Amino acid sequence: MNSASVISTDEAPLLAVRGVTKIFPGVRALDGVDFTLRRGEIHALMGENGAGKSTLIKVLTGADRRDGGEILFDGCSIDPRSPAEAQRLGISTVYQEVNLIPFLSVAENIYLGRQPMKFGRIDWKQINLRAAAALKRLDVEMEVTQPLNSYSPAVQQMVAIARALDIRAKVLVLDEPTSSLDANEVGHLFAVLRRLKAEGLGIIFVSHFLDQVYAVSDRFTVLRNGKLIGEHEAAKLPRLELVAKMIGKDLKAVEEMSARRGAEPVRTAHHPFLRVIGLGRRGSMTPFDLTIRAGEVVGLAGLLGSGRTETARLLFGIDRAEAGRMEIDGKLVTLTSPRGAIGRRFGFCPEDRKTQAVIPDLSVRENIVLALQASKGWLRKISTQQQQELAENYIKALGIATSDAEQPIKLLSGGNQQKAILARWLASHPRFLILDEPTRGIDIGAKAEIEKLIARLCSEGMAILFISSELEEVVRDSHRVVVLRDRKKVCELTGDQIDLPSIMQAIAARADE
Amino acid sequence: MSERLSTLMPARLRPLIWPLIALAALLLFNGLFTEGFARITIKDGHVYGSLVDILKLSSRVMLVSLGMTLVIATAGVDLSVGAVVAIAGSVAAKLIVQQQIGLPMALAATSGLCLVLGAWNGTLVGWLGVQPIVATLILMVAGRGIAQLLAGGQIITVESSGFSFIAGGHFLGLPFPVTMVALMLLLTVALTRGTALGLFIEAVGNNETAALFAGVNPRAVKMFAYAFTGLCSGMAGIIEASDIKAADANNAGLYLELDVILAVVIGGTPLNGGRFDLAGSLVGALIIQTLTTTIKMRGVPVEYTLVVKAVVVLVICLAQSPELRKLLLQRRASA
Amino acid sequence: MKFRLSRTRVPLLATSAVFALFYTGACMRYDGFFSWTVFVNLLHDNAFLGLAAIGMTFVILAGGIDLSVGALVGFTSTFIARLIAHQLHPLPAILIALVIGTGFGAGMGALIRFAALPPFLVTLAGMFFMRGLGFAVSLETIPIKHPFYEAISEFSLRVFPVTALLFLVALIAAVYVAHYTPFGRAVYAIGGNEQSALLMALPVGRAKVRVYALSGFCSALAGVTYTFYTSSGNATAGTMLELDAIAAVVIGGTLLSGGVGYVFGTLIGVLILGVIQTIITFEGTLSSWWTKIAIGLLLLGFILLQRFLQSSAGRGGLGVANPAMARP
Repeated sequence: MNSASVISTDEAPLLAVRGVTKIFPGVRALDGVDFTLRRGEIHALMGENGAGKSTLIKVLTGADRRDGGEILFDGCSIDPRSPAEAQRLGISTVYQEVNLIPFLSVAENIYLGRQPMKFGRIDWKQINLRAAAALKRLDVEMEVTQPLNSYSPAVQQMVAIARALDIRAKVLVLDEPTSSLDANEVGHLFAVLRRLKAEGLGIIFVSHFLDQVYAVSDRFTVLRNGKLIGEHEAAKLPRLELVAKMIGKDLKAVEEMSARRGAEPVRTAHHPFLRVIGLGRRGSMTPFDLTIRAGEVVGLAGLLGSGRTETARLLFGIDRAEAGRMEIDGKLVTLTSPRGAIGRRFGFCPEDRKTQAVIPDLSVRENIVLALQASKGWLRKISTQQQQELAENYIKALGIATSDAEQPIKLLSGGNQQKAILARWLASHPRFLILDEPTRGIDIGAKAEIEKLIARLCSEGMAILFISSELEEVVRDSHRVVVLRDRKKVCELTGDQIDLPSIMQAIAARADE
Repeated sequence: MSERLSTLMPARLRPLIWPLIALAALLLFNGLFTEGFARITIKDGHVYGSLVDILKLSSRVMLVSLGMTLVIATAGVDLSVGAVVAIAGSVAAKLIVQQQIGLPMALAATSGLCLVLGAWNGTLVGWLGVQPIVATLILMVAGRGIAQLLAGGQIITVESSGFSFIAGGHFLGLPFPVTMVALMLLLTVALTRGTALGLFIEAVGNNETAALFAGVNPRAVKMFAYAFTGLCSGMAGIIEASDIKAADANNAGLYLELDVILAVVIGGTPLNGGRFDLAGSLVGALIIQTLTTTIKMRGVPVEYTLVVKAVVVLVICLAQSPELRKLLLQRRASA
Repeated sequence: MKFRLSRTRVPLLATSAVFALFYTGACMRYDGFFSWTVFVNLLHDNAFLGLAAIGMTFVILAGGIDLSVGALVGFTSTFIARLIAHQLHPLPAILIALVIGTGFGAGMGALIRFAALPPFLVTLAGMFFMRGLGFAVSLETIPIKHPFYEAISEFSLRVFPVTALLFLVALIAAVYVAHYTPFGRAVYAIGGNEQSALLMALPVGRAKVRVYALSGFCSALAGVTYTFYTSSGNATAGTMLELDAIAAVVIGGTLLSGGVGYVFGTLIGVLILGVIQTIITFEGTLSSWWTKIAIGLLLLGFILLQRFLQSSAGRGGLGVANPAMARP
C-alpha cells in the first residue's frame, strides 16, 4: 500500500461515502448521502421503505452507479462498475435471498468463478479442503460436497458469508441476513459477526428487527426518503427516538401531540364480520387473533418486515394458513385461494401494485371490471356498454385522471393506477377490503382522496383492514389499530388509546418487555 | 409516418397495420411483376387462381393459428399441433374406412378426441405447472407414433366423396376450407369476445399474479386455450387428410407448428403473452403462404422458402426486441 | 463416507435403473442380444444422436434449448458430401463444416444474449435456415466416394466403429468440460439461477454464447459422423433428431429447467433410446412407431418425476408452489 498518500491512523474510516446522489427517473433515490464505516465496527443501516438503503448498498457494491458524490475506500476514491469489481476491491455482499446456486455443492458455491486449477482442470480436492476451512472459521462444520439446498437457510446464509469472506473482503454487507433464521441461528450469526469485527472487518448490517439491530450494532445511520437523517451511536440512541427518526417524526413533537383521532368510538354494536383465531404460518406470521366488524377500519401498524403484508396474504387465501381458523359471520370457513376469498366478498389491493395488481397492457376499463367479471364467471359477460358505464362512473367518482377508459393502464400515473385498482374492488362490492399500502408512492392530493374514500366506505358498512407505513394515516383513519413487530401481533389499541406515541412505543418495545 | 397512418384507422385495426401493409406489399409486388398471379378465372361457378390457392393452402395454418394465438396469449406455446394433425387424419380415415360409422359421426369423434388431446396439454401446463415447451413436447414426440400406430404404419386411402368435399369442395364459389376458417374464426371470436374468456386470457398472459389475485382462475384459462388448440389442430388434420384423400401419419402436419407460431408472431401477438389479435394471426398465415407461393411462381428454388421464412421471423422478432433497441440506443449515445 | 441420496441424483439413478431393466430384460428374452457386437452396434447406430445430445445437454443445463441440431446435421452431411464431390479432400471439408456449425451456433447464441429473444424461437428460425441451406446444397442424397472414407469404413469394420469412437471421445471431453473447467461450472450455475450467477460475478453472457457454439459444434460433428455412418450426405438427415436429442437428455436425468444433470446421464439416455430401437428390431413383429410412443411415455415419466422433485423442494404458498407464476 502506498502509505504516503493515505493517512493511515486508526481513526481513518474504512469506507467513506460523501454526498452520494443517485437519480432514477422521477425519484432522487439518494440525495447527497454521507455514510462512514470504520474498521472493526458493525454499522446498521436503518430506514423505512424508499429510504434509500438498498440503493446505497447497490451503489457500494457496483450493482448501480452513482450520479454524484464520492466513495472513499481505504482513502482512495472508487467507482465500482459491477459486483465483480466491488468484490475485487474487497466489498462483498450477502443478500437477503441467498444468492447462491442451490443445486451445486457447498464447496463449489464458495469457489464458483475463482476455482483453483491444477493441470488445466479444476482442483476439486483443494476446493473441498479450502471450503471446509473457510466454514470452520465461521464455526460451521458440514459436509461440503453435499448440494447447498440440502441445508437449512441459516447454513446457506453461512455459506454465503464464507464465500463473501473468502474473496478477502474488508467490507461485508449483510442485507437482511436474519429474516429466515430462528433465534438460535441468529445468535450464532451474531457471534460470528462479532468475531469478524474483532478481526478488523467493517460490517454493514441491514435488518428490520430492532432487537437484533440493537443487539449487534455499534452505530446506526438512519436514512429517510433518500436523505441522511443522522448517524448515532447505538448505545446513546433510545429505541423510541430511532423509530421516530425512521418514520420521520420529531420525538418531542410526537410526545407533545395530544390530538387524538376525531373518529367516532368503536362500534361494538356491529356484529363481527370476520374473526380469526390463532391464524398463522411458519416463516410468515406467528399465530394471531383478529376481529373485524362491519363498518370498521382496523389499522395495521408496524415497521417494514413486521408481518403486515404476510397478514394480508393469509387473510386473502394467497398463503395457506398452517394453524388456526377463520370465521365469517360466525361460520367457520377455510380459504385456499384468492378466488375463495373473493367468493366470500373479500377484496385485496396488494402492496406491490406493479407486479400483483396492474395488468399493464389492458385498458383502464378492463382493469376495473376484472374482479367483478371474474366473480361472475366467463359466461356471464358484462356487456361492453355496462363495462363502459362502470368504468366511467368510477373514473368520475374517484377522479382517475385518464384521457378515456380505453387508455392502457400502464400509461397512467401511480396514483391513478392505484385508484383504478381500488375501483376494481369497489365494483365487485366487497364486504371486506384489505388495503395494503394504498397510499404508497402517490401524490398528496390522491392520498387525501383515498383516505376520504376509506371513511366513506366504512360508513356504508364495509369492513376495512388498512395497512400503511404512514403512522399518521393509520391513526387518523382507524377505529382500532393492531401493532405488529417481528411477525407477531404485539398489541391492539382502541378508541382513546390510538395515538402516535402509543403506536411507536409498541413498535419500539423490546421483545422481552 | 406510421403514427399518422395509424390514427386514420379505427382503434381496433391499429395493431393490424404492419401485417396488412406487409401483405399488401407482397400482393402488389406479385400483381405487378409475377405473371399470372392476379389472374382469376371462374369455372362452373367456382373461382380459381393464385389468390384463391393462397386462401386454400393457408387454411390449415389459419385454423391452427386461431388456437395457437390463445395459447401464446397466455404466455405459452403448443409444439404438439403437428402431431395432433397427424392423429386426427389417422383417426378420421380409420373411422370412415374401417368402422363405417358415417361421415358426421366420424368427424365429430375425431374433433372430440383432439379436444381431449389438447386438454391433456392443458392439464400438464395448467394443473401440473410443467413449462409449456416441455409439456407439449411429450405429445409432439409420442403423438406421431400414436398416429402411425392407429394407421398401422400405412397410408390409409379414403374413397368418400363426402370426405373429399371438405378440402376439395366449394361453397359460395370459394374452396370449402375457406368457409371452415371463416366459421372457426366466428366461433373463436364468439368464445373469446362474446364471453369474458378473452379478457381472462389476456389478463393471465399479461400478469398472471394480478389475474389470480383478481379472482381469475389461470388454470382453467390455460386449459381452455390448449384444449381449443387441440380442436383446431383436429380440424386442420381433417382438411389435410381430405386434401390428399388419405391419412399419411408420417408427413401430415410436419413442421406445421413452426408455420403457425410464425403466423401468430407476425400477426402481432407477443410471444410473452397478453393482448392477442386473431385477425392478425390470419393475416400472418396469409403472408407466409403468399411468400411461399411467390417463391414458387417466380421460379426461385423451393428449398429457399425455409431460409426466407427463417430470415423473416428473425427480422420481425428483432424488431420487437426491446433489449436490442436499448443496446443500439446505448451505442448511439456513447458514440 | 456416508452416502446421502440427494435430489439431484434421483433422476440419474432412475435412468440407470430403467436402462438396466430394459437391457437385462432384452438379454434374457432374445438370444444373441447379450453380445459385444450388439452393444458396439448400439453405440455405432446412435453415435450421431449421441453427439447431438451431448451438445444439447450443455444447452439444457444452461437453461436453454436448441431446436436446430437436426437441421445442422442434415446441412453438414450434405455440405461435406458436396465439397468432396467437388474434389476437396475430406479433411478440410470436415474442418470447414465444423467451423460453420460452431459459428452458426455462436450466432444464435449472440442473438439470444444480446436481443434477449427466447432460445426456442431463435433456434427454431435456425432450424428453418439450416434445413433450407441444406436443401439448397442438394435435394438428393450425395454418395461419398473417397479413399479416406473407404479407409474409415475399413477400420470401422475390422477394429472398432469410428462413429462410436468419436462419440466416446466426445463424451469424455464433454465430461471434462462439464466438471473440470470453469466454463462448465458456469453453465451449471446459469441454469441453476441466472440472477445469482450474475451476482456471483460469473461471465453469464459469454457462457451463453459459448454454450450454443458448443452445441453447434457437436451437431456439426454429428453431421460428420453421419457421413461416416452412411458414406453419403443428405439434407433430410437428422429430421426430428432434435426431439430425440432432447428426449435423451431429459431421460438421462437432466432437469429441463437447467442447472442439474450429468453428461454421463445423457449417454444412458441415448443408450435407452438405442435399446428400445434394438428391442423393436429384435422383436420383429413390433413396429417402429412403438419407439416414439415409448420415448413419449418415458419423457412423460421423467418430466413428472422432475416436477415432483421440484415441488417437494419448494414447498410454499401459491406464489411459490405454482411455477406458472414464474414467467418463462
